[in-house]
Amino acid sequence: MFQLKTVVAATLAVLSLSAAAQSAVTVTDPWVRATVPQQKATGAFMQITAPKAMRLVEVRASVAGTAEIHEMSMADNMMRMRQVKEIALPAGKAVELKPGGYHVMLLNLKGQVKAGDKIPLSLVVEGEDKHREIIEVTAVARPLGGAAAAH
Amino acid sequence: MKRRLFLLAGTAGLLTLAACEQAPKPHYNGMDLTGGDYKPDFKLSGPDGRVYTLADFKGKYVMVFFGFTQCPDVCPTALSRAVEIRNKLGADAGKLQVIFISIDPERDTPALLGEYMRAFDPTFLGLRTDPQNTAQTAFNYKVFYRRVASGSSYTMDHTAISYVLDPQGRMRLGLKHQMTADECAQDIKTLMTAKYTL
Repeated sequence: MFQLKTVVAATLAVLSLSAAAQSAVTVTDPWVRATVPQQKATGAFMQITAPKAMRLVEVRASVAGTAEIHEMSMADNMMRMRQVKEIALPAGKAVELKPGGYHVMLLNLKGQVKAGDKIPLSLVVEGEDKHREIIEVTAVARPLGGAAAAH
Repeated sequence: MKRRLFLLAGTAGLLTLAACEQAPKPHYNGMDLTGGDYKPDFKLSGPDGRVYTLADFKGKYVMVFFGFTQCPDVCPTALSRAVEIRNKLGADAGKLQVIFISIDPERDTPALLGEYMRAFDPTFLGLRTDPQNTAQTAFNYKVFYRRVASGSSYTMDHTAISYVLDPQGRMRLGLKHQMTADECAQDIKTLMTAKYTL
């Protein structure tokens, strides 16, 4: 009986462990475009993969007064930028925040973002069960003039 | 009768000659805007406080992009491409002047535009003017822009074409945002060697 209890406990432990692993959202290659003095806004980019269907609902950045999720679109040679409420993160599929698509807009910057600076960002994701979790990310600032070329 | 035939032949010959003098229209990856209804001249202020017009760039090819420095994506991408284009032009890089015209003069101060351009290339020139002249200059280039409220702030929708003028200040090319630096550099090289004019 004692033995059975141990097995059950162990199994439960394994189950909860795999549940924890499953809920791990991975963020790769997070970067921010560096700014020049007086420039009050810039963009942050990254790839996000959620293990199950989730949504990116909010981004917090201590370097900025406000962080918004935006989508850029190009139609008839016109660039449009709009704030979006959230970005859907389908299970297991990498969603790219990159120039030409989604990005995090960092507004009212508190200071210049210099190339090489490490910028902490908190991503708030929400599962279908409404459960929210915060993922801490450190984005590296790439030079303003060389970000595209370095890519 | 004989003389009339001779005359006809002569006229036909002249016509052929005239047609030959006009070189064939070159092929471009981008839009050939030669002869289009544009008024590319401008009167705008530089970061140094100087007023610039196209006459200041006589003898140079001029690439013009309209944008704003709070732009997270399209504007820095277009300017980074401009850096690459100049690199690809090699010895001819000095013949191309890159100009960025702000469509957000309220936030784009002369100092900010100066710093912003220097981050890409110290030869790039960021120009601005008052809102009314900004609207007129954009109109002359058929550039559209619009202020859009966004959360606590605002953003700008705008045309994302890089325009290329020839050394006589005439509108020649429209380079789309999706074009690569290679495609753009190829077009500018073609324009630099093309005999075709209106």
